[in-house]
Amino acid sequence: MAGTIYNKPILFTIVAAVVILIGTTVTMFIPMLTAEMHPKLANLKPYTALQLAGKDMYQREGCNNCHTQTVRPLKTEVMRYGEYSKAGEFAYDRPFLWGSKRTGPDLARIGGKYPDKWHELHFENPQAFFVESNMPAYGWMAKNRLDPASIEIHMKANDFPFTADEIAQLNNKNELEALIAYVQVIGTSIKRPPPATSKPVVKETHIPNPLAGDAAAIKLGAALYDQHCSACHGEKGLGSIGPSLADKVFLYVGGDVPDDDYFEVINNGTQPNMVEDGRTAKGGMPSYSSTLDKNKIWALVAYVRSLQGTK
Amino acid sequence: MNTGKQSPVQGGLVMNDYQYDNQTVKGFILSSIFWGVVGIVIGLWISVQMWMPSLNFAPYFTFGRLRVVHTNGLAFGLGIGAIFGISYYIIMRLTKRPLLFPKLARVHLYLFNVAIALAAISLFLGMNQSLEYAELEWPLDIGVVILWVIFAVNVFGTIIKRKEEQMYISLWYIIATTVAVAILYIVNNLSIPAGLTKSYHLFAGVNSANVEWWYGHNAVGFIFTTPILAMFYYFLPKSTGLPIYSHRLSIIAFWSLVFAYLWTGAHHLVYTPLPDWIQTLGIAFTIFLIAPSWGSVVNGYYTVGTDWSKMETNYLTKFFILGITFYGLQTVQGPTQGLRVVSQLIHYTDWVPGHVHMGTMGWVTMTTAASIYYIIPKIYNTQIYSEKIANIHFWLVLVGQLIFSITMWITGIVQGALWKATNPDGSLAYTFVEVLAKNYPYWKMRTLGGVIFTIGMLFFIYNVYMTIRKGKALALAGAKA
Repeated sequence: MAGTIYNKPILFTIVAAVVILIGTTVTMFIPMLTAEMHPKLANLKPYTALQLAGKDMYQREGCNNCHTQTVRPLKTEVMRYGEYSKAGEFAYDRPFLWGSKRTGPDLARIGGKYPDKWHELHFENPQAFFVESNMPAYGWMAKNRLDPASIEIHMKANDFPFTADEIAQLNNKNELEALIAYVQVIGTSIKRPPPATSKPVVKETHIPNPLAGDAAAIKLGAALYDQHCSACHGEKGLGSIGPSLADKVFLYVGGDVPDDDYFEVINNGTQPNMVEDGRTAKGGMPSYSSTLDKNKIWALVAYVRSLQGTK
Repeated sequence: MNTGKQSPVQGGLVMNDYQYDNQTVKGFILSSIFWGVVGIVIGLWISVQMWMPSLNFAPYFTFGRLRVVHTNGLAFGLGIGAIFGISYYIIMRLTKRPLLFPKLARVHLYLFNVAIALAAISLFLGMNQSLEYAELEWPLDIGVVILWVIFAVNVFGTIIKRKEEQMYISLWYIIATTVAVAILYIVNNLSIPAGLTKSYHLFAGVNSANVEWWYGHNAVGFIFTTPILAMFYYFLPKSTGLPIYSHRLSIIAFWSLVFAYLWTGAHHLVYTPLPDWIQTLGIAFTIFLIAPSWGSVVNGYYTVGTDWSKMETNYLTKFFILGITFYGLQTVQGPTQGLRVVSQLIHYTDWVPGHVHMGTMGWVTMTTAASIYYIIPKIYNTQIYSEKIANIHFWLVLVGQLIFSITMWITGIVQGALWKATNPDGSLAYTFVEVLAKNYPYWKMRTLGGVIFTIGMLFFIYNVYMTIRKGKALALAGAKA
């Protein structure tokens, strides 16, 4: 059985190399030569100089050790993070940054989910938003200026188009701003379904809050508010990076609106230029439809109403 | 300089007519232990960061930077350092001659330590390709390739000029390691340089993912498997005096292992945008891989099976048998994880670090430590300082690893299940941070397991140190007499 190959090291090495190269060729080299492995979505744009600088920061800080960037086509995953990842979204990622561990949440659909200011404050102190978060703080990056000369080299290495002006503008930017610019573009190349409320819909009837004025619901709403809302809308709804909820201004226009408009904003979130009850939203509030059930959202509305009374 | 004179009987032949380069072997072993300590201490540190974020000290000592120092320090510093040294030891014995280029091997040792030190520094500084287990930037990649070529020159040179006709199994595994790692490392690290400290992968997007995990999984195959099997097949018979049960089984297991491994990388990319057929092919070959893996497990069991009393009478036997047992468990658990139905639950959770550490702490470290226990007294012509301390070491690393792995499996299932949990109306039952908060007790338990493992390793280091001291004292006494 122990054939002569075990006496001939050179022959043995050649045979071993061939055996190793078979699977390598079938699963790696051949696919690489097919178009299947090089898809690109029509909406996908190369990174700008600021975004690439931010992506470099993302890699430098090893963000991919705790955050994935790929939503699997699984029901609850799509509910939690958004549309599942498409092969054509990553053509400008060298390397891919899908990651392999979710100590923190997936970031494949983080772009546009929160306003820049949210990210800035969250990077400064993640625990201010999520008390139990174990994410390190990255506010220190705001103190470091970018190095436009090296970013220009990086743009050239990637063969991304850029202008001299674009590079010059980096002089005024810091590392944290670059990182946020990158985070805000992640996963934005897929075609998003138009917001359900973008067409002006004349509502015949309004649904009243079934829990309006209910003391137990207001108490539940207060607890939910502290957990999900206070980081942006401030304590007692007095406003912070998100607008105040204690005044009677709704989507930047004075005058109150019915309960179910509040419900819809909490349920669907807001997207830029979305129209709600004739008012145009700036966008930046995430949807809570997959996080909070109807009862909890109505409880939140009841609590917000109680805040308006106390101001 | 130590010579081969102190170990006269090898394979039934008297071998005192030429010199073995024990200094280089010893140098690699001690270097690997040093880098191992660094890697383990950082491992403990990041395990605490998981439940105490205040232990992140920006910019150099945040989790995102330390984690790669931990993985690289242990895979390259401890793992490859030990593999270089122990492979040289095995090759010299199995070819019945010294290394063909002993001075080159010494240069190899020095360069290795310089490279690992620079690697650690560069990772602290955030120079990171973001390719798992291939994080080092391109100038260091070139350094690694040079180191590997130096190794290969001595491996092939010495084997070609061997004085023993037949190549034993361990040499097959060392040859396969040398060839495979060279191909894997060079291809996956192809990149477009953008300055000295930064580069971009030559491959983009989905293709980049496919290349990386072809590499990543085979780094497990050809760093944590084949060279460790080379140690297992050499030192198990050496320390027990029992011949390997089946040569035929070794042959079948070897060829099917090195054939199948390269097909399996895509099981790391289940449910990602990678084309489905590559995922499925990867999963299928992963299941097949159980057979060759267990070929070696069965061979190990049947080898000792002729005389199980060795487990009690020879202190090293239990290291090898537990090591191969964890290898066996690892190579069943791994393929199970590749299945879509399991992957959708445990992928991206703490289950996976639990899996990895059963392999690294249970199989790789156990087998490597036992090999070092065998080599050091041989080099110093003495006996192990204390079998009792070796036994304490054994039980501590065993218990520490089990606590680590089992708590991570539990918390991984908790994460996976709660991420998927829904309310009766179909909404998600838990926010991300609510699930995260439930991990804290398990993450603390994991640190406890790590501390117990580390104490076990300190007993090991003490034992090695005292054995060397004893050997030196004996040599000195011998010289005086």
